[in-house]
Amino acid sequence: MTLMKTLLGAGAALALSAAGALAEPGLIIDLGGKFDKSFNESAYNGAQRWVEETGGDYLETELQSEAQREQNLRKMAERGANPIIVMGFANQSTLEKIAPDYPDTKFAIIDSVVDQPNVKSMLFSEQEGSYLVGVVAAMTTETDTVGFVGGMDVPLIRRFACGYAEGVKATNPDAKIISNMTGTTPTAWNDPVKGGELAKSQVSQGADVIYAAAGGTGVGVLQAAADEGVYSIGVDSNQNYLHPGSVLTSMVKRVDNAVYKLFSEGVEGFEPGLEVLDLESEGVGYAVDEHNEALITDEIKAAVEEAKAGIISGEIVPHDYYTDDSCPTLTF
Amino acid sequence: MDLATIIPILDATLRSATPLLFVCLAGLFSERSGIIDIGLEGKLLIAAFFSASVAAMSGSVWIGLLAGIGASLVLSLLHGVASITFRGNQLISGVALNFLASGLTVVIGENWFGLGGRTPQLSGAARFQPIHLPGVEAMADVPVIGPIYSNLISGHTILVYAAIVTVALTWWVLFRTRFGLHLRAVGENPESVDTAGISVIRLRYSAMVIAGVLCGIGGAYLATGLAAGFVKEMSAGRGFIALAALIFAKWRPWYALAACLLFGFLDAVGTRFQKLEVLGVNVPTQFMQALPYILTVVILAGFVGKAIPPRAGGTPYVKER
Repeated sequence: MTLMKTLLGAGAALALSAAGALAEPGLIIDLGGKFDKSFNESAYNGAQRWVEETGGDYLETELQSEAQREQNLRKMAERGANPIIVMGFANQSTLEKIAPDYPDTKFAIIDSVVDQPNVKSMLFSEQEGSYLVGVVAAMTTETDTVGFVGGMDVPLIRRFACGYAEGVKATNPDAKIISNMTGTTPTAWNDPVKGGELAKSQVSQGADVIYAAAGGTGVGVLQAAADEGVYSIGVDSNQNYLHPGSVLTSMVKRVDNAVYKLFSEGVEGFEPGLEVLDLESEGVGYAVDEHNEALITDEIKAAVEEAKAGIISGEIVPHDYYTDDSCPTLTF
Repeated sequence: MDLATIIPILDATLRSATPLLFVCLAGLFSERSGIIDIGLEGKLLIAAFFSASVAAMSGSVWIGLLAGIGASLVLSLLHGVASITFRGNQLISGVALNFLASGLTVVIGENWFGLGGRTPQLSGAARFQPIHLPGVEAMADVPVIGPIYSNLISGHTILVYAAIVTVALTWWVLFRTRFGLHLRAVGENPESVDTAGISVIRLRYSAMVIAGVLCGIGGAYLATGLAAGFVKEMSAGRGFIALAALIFAKWRPWYALAACLLFGFLDAVGTRFQKLEVLGVNVPTQFMQALPYILTVVILAGFVGKAIPPRAGGTPYVKER
């Protein structure tokens, strides 16, 4: 009974502090890990940029297993973090359940939509960015065969794959696309050995450009591509530096900008609802830097820029897998 | 299906069978001596971590290999102390090792590198590079044999070849040396070995040392040969698959080779044919990915026949009651 009282007391104290004005923002990093060199790392970098620029402080937790989702989210809310950014589509159902329990806390979810008055949903137009790197892949391949390695087999990743396939087919209708998924469980985000084997298998089938949209697994894909002497395309973060000369480009998804913006706006600037970050708002794009300049020829650059302009103006509409759960250019 | 399809699959088979093989042989030694080794997974994991992190720090894969072996040895001896000296429950000790390895690797990794339990990417001399056997270029144009030799047999890291040699060595030690005879006897009937004036404790400890070294090499291959660095939980159940292969192989070295190659092959086929059309029916990806596991169950349940483990397995030896 005394223990119960202590716990209740502690809970009340936490609830009180949660109501305090000194709210720090919170960030919940998804499975795959903070240093996946991809999706989660991008969010972490955005948060770090905010820390450097404002000198502020934020709370951060990293999920270690599927079972921790609810527990971690509640703990973060009870510690008084506000707003809280939740990374990844896999947290959707958890957030739907928890958001009504903390009406004063503002939540933002990346890569999914949660319809609650205190939740902001942020989607990226992955199909647009993937279309662009698909154009680059199709211009670069000499074997007319390109590969795609996805992480967990979920609609989000199929959206990447479909956009990529559309870009490839639009540029080179004869090109063959080999698409593989690493797995059907969240461990597929963090299995570079399997990723490497998938990449090697695609190379043996003739692929000479491989696009990895697989979180931490992608590190193994990029490594295998570099070992086998073919090109690869990174994802989410700019991964060009990982294997200069082998990483053709990266489909950057500016999760860092989204996190930075949400942190900077804080509770005052928070607006619930849906925000789509697309090519036009520079939420997605392709990366060119000193590590891959030599690979992106003027011809490729012109073609990509043309596609980019086409997408922004609405002339080209890369198929969005979310709309009908299918892809005209690729079967799964 | 043509040669150009089959060779890459067999090539991948060899790569994924190698860590299984080392671990399977490690289990063979310890179980033949009467120590059940559930902790193979943990040893593999900790060896992968230490080999990758020391290779990253020193820049030499060989020093990394030694560190991996060392770490795996420590866990192996811990298992020995718990289950031989203190006569504890071998299953519990093994499970504890698995937890220990899974936690330690992340904690130490975070402390050393601050990369969330990863090690930095390895490159150059910090990784095992593929070696090209002599005459590859000359042979490459010969039909059938050429591609087999240059793509399948040549071009692996040294540890792949070492794994095959280890199988032969294990067979020789186990069935052609006095030590092997004693080791097999101690797993079946430790009393008789003791009566013959041979130390049961020493034999079992030496089996644990051999198991530790083999797991260490397996872990090093995983992190510095197959991959280019450590990520948390990278052993991904391979220790348990190796244990299944060991039962499948009925605790025999050459059978172990066959079993590990079979599991490697299933893995490779699942990777290569994610989409397969059989008789006009599309086999879903999920089925192909589950296939290795389904076949494991089917094979273990139906085809292995009667697998009789070493009789003294799992029971600590008490000299006098």
